[in-house]
Amino acid sequence: MVNLTINNKKITADEGMTIFEAAKQNNILIPHFCYLEGIHQIGSCRICVVEVEGAKSLQASCMVQVKEGMTVYTNTEKVKKARKLLYELMLSDHPRDCLSCSRNQNCEFQKLGELIQISEFRFEGEKSKTFVDDSSPSIVRDTSKCILCRRCVTVCNQIQGIGIMNVQKRGFKTVIGPAAELPLNSVNCINCGQCTIVCPVGALKEKDSIQNVWNALFDKNKRVVIQTAPAIRAALGEEFGYEAGTLVTGKMVTALREIGFDDVFDTNFAADLTIIEEGNELLKRVKAAITSKENTLPMITSCSPGWIKYIEHVFPNQLDHLSTCKSPHMMLGALVKSYYAEKLGLNPKDIYVVSVMPCTAKKFEITRPEMKRNGIPDVDAVLTTRELARMIKDAGLEFDELEDGEFDNPLGLSTGAADIFAATGGVMEAALRTVYELVTGRELPFESLHIEPIVGLNQIKTADITIENPLPEYRFLDGFILKIAVTSGAKGAEILMEQIAGSESPYHFIEVMGCPGGCISGGGQPRPTDSSIRQKRLEAIYREDEGKKLRKSHENPFIKALYEEYLKEPLGHKPHELLHTSYTKRGVYNEFLK
Amino acid sequence: MNIQSKQCKCHKETEQEKLERIEQMIDEYKDKEGSLIQILHLAQGIYGYLPLGLLQIIAKKVNKPLSEVYGVTTFYSFFSTKPRGEYTIRVCLGTACYVRGGKKIIDRLTEILGIQVGETTADGKFTLEVMRCIGACGLAPAITINDKVFKQVNPDKLQTIIEQYY
Repeated sequence: MVNLTINNKKITADEGMTIFEAAKQNNILIPHFCYLEGIHQIGSCRICVVEVEGAKSLQASCMVQVKEGMTVYTNTEKVKKARKLLYELMLSDHPRDCLSCSRNQNCEFQKLGELIQISEFRFEGEKSKTFVDDSSPSIVRDTSKCILCRRCVTVCNQIQGIGIMNVQKRGFKTVIGPAAELPLNSVNCINCGQCTIVCPVGALKEKDSIQNVWNALFDKNKRVVIQTAPAIRAALGEEFGYEAGTLVTGKMVTALREIGFDDVFDTNFAADLTIIEEGNELLKRVKAAITSKENTLPMITSCSPGWIKYIEHVFPNQLDHLSTCKSPHMMLGALVKSYYAEKLGLNPKDIYVVSVMPCTAKKFEITRPEMKRNGIPDVDAVLTTRELARMIKDAGLEFDELEDGEFDNPLGLSTGAADIFAATGGVMEAALRTVYELVTGRELPFESLHIEPIVGLNQIKTADITIENPLPEYRFLDGFILKIAVTSGAKGAEILMEQIAGSESPYHFIEVMGCPGGCISGGGQPRPTDSSIRQKRLEAIYREDEGKKLRKSHENPFIKALYEEYLKEPLGHKPHELLHTSYTKRGVYNEFLK
Repeated sequence: MNIQSKQCKCHKETEQEKLERIEQMIDEYKDKEGSLIQILHLAQGIYGYLPLGLLQIIAKKVNKPLSEVYGVTTFYSFFSTKPRGEYTIRVCLGTACYVRGGKKIIDRLTEILGIQVGETTADGKFTLEVMRCIGACGLAPAITINDKVFKQVNPDKLQTIIEQYY
């Protein structure tokens, strides 16, 4: 322990702590800006400067570690002057059009201004040359808003290991972005949107789809169908002031109905469907590997479009390992425009499908040519959790006053297995709940059906599942040890993919989600997302699962009916046409696309 | 180390040969921590400038994101992503040279050459650049043309200096 004084208050702190952390722990909040706990601590903005007795100059409190006997002042005249000056200088090259900015009232720079309180713009001078890059279907970059804090650089490079964002040029000409001002849609951006979560201002944000969705709702000739991903219900509440980890499933459904959507379906239904298709695909691949020379193991999950784009860029020669299953919302979209359209006697052209996703990469996914049939897209628009919240507010709904509603059927009922798709390890666990039972006739032998070693937020999690006494038709699996691995975030994926590329992977089945923690902390989720919020959303997801009567995908009665009535066999002709997809070799510089 | 000097004077190196030489050079340096700037420096020496395609090759070989390699390239004014003229004239605007009239040298050079800072003359002969201190403060104001330093330059001397290169 270290003893120090901050603002005449004697405090103790752990060795290695920064002044900022020690102060925070003692309820002294030092104004700060670029600092992001556990992620970004490089002192680039200097807003958090403090006076340290004996030091020649002001010190960035997020960088300097506490020392025994240190005396720190956070609110002296010198500190306050410096902080204000820094803020004014940043503001002097920032547009002051807050009312037309999507981050209005939700902007960290605005919040800092509220704290510092200036009464005039003292510095009027040259402005940086700026541009808006809206080339990507997922993410929009507006360099005029950027205040060069570099959080996006840290997240893109250190956390995700992608590195399309970096500091270009120097001094007044500095720009944060890809090389050579290349547009986002031409580089190896995976559209994960983690940069949009950490951007404190309106420089990085999702491509807005709200107006398109309103236009569809205004169109009397369109039937507008909406579906929501499993991760939305565990995070949407945060946008309305609820504690992180509050489940708002029922209110969300009612809100969607009141906005005017004709059908409110649940992506969870299609998650159950994914498990049936993917589980059977796994068994087919394992059987082929054991009984023939055709080995495409490990099989890797394919629900996360950020991850898919990552492997297409970085490991274009390993695409055979990907499950051919579309992601759940794409499956549901395809079913709405085929099965459901036929049921209603509607032309699929007259149906508009909206997916609410925790994800910015899904906005790209719906534009992929494989996701269209006869020129009609499976899904027409993707809204992020944040966008949905804006729509609900715009529609004038008092969210916390809403009654609980229920999803519509036949594409609305789901099991607990579908809920856990939202969290890292969930797709794997859901798949094995079904596969194990299919093969052995018995329930997956884990407490409360949770495969303990693959639950939680660690980067790479592994487990061995031994198959004993299988049913007669699966005798070839007797004694087989299924080796599984789970990772989330592109950095973990890189580790597992290097093993595969080097023919050293010991695994048979791998789950990858593109964002650290999985969809609960996807790029379209509410800001901020830190480790404690992530943990709370994770717990909420498992609560939703455990609260359900049906917790295994194959027990979903509407799934059973769908196969009997329409799809027939898993991996059969209809599923192949509607529910499976193919992938594109890209390369890091998109060299395979040319 | 001195890969640049290996260049044979009697034979004009082809594009392919240049790239091969650059790849060999990168292999020599890439495992050394902090060698990116050295690699870029040598690559520019061989190729003349650092176009995007070349930086892509370098980034892949040193296993760093292109945006980082490009960021380093555009940070240092010594590196150029555009083709340069046969001769690069660099005018020092470090403190000493600035105080002793560096700015006037630039004005005169833009007049003589008919180009702005950062541009190359139409005949491909000269590129005009600015740099901040070449460590020759005692000789201020100084300019360099390729590797040659010209000391205590005054605007009236510039026409004569330039003519030496035609």
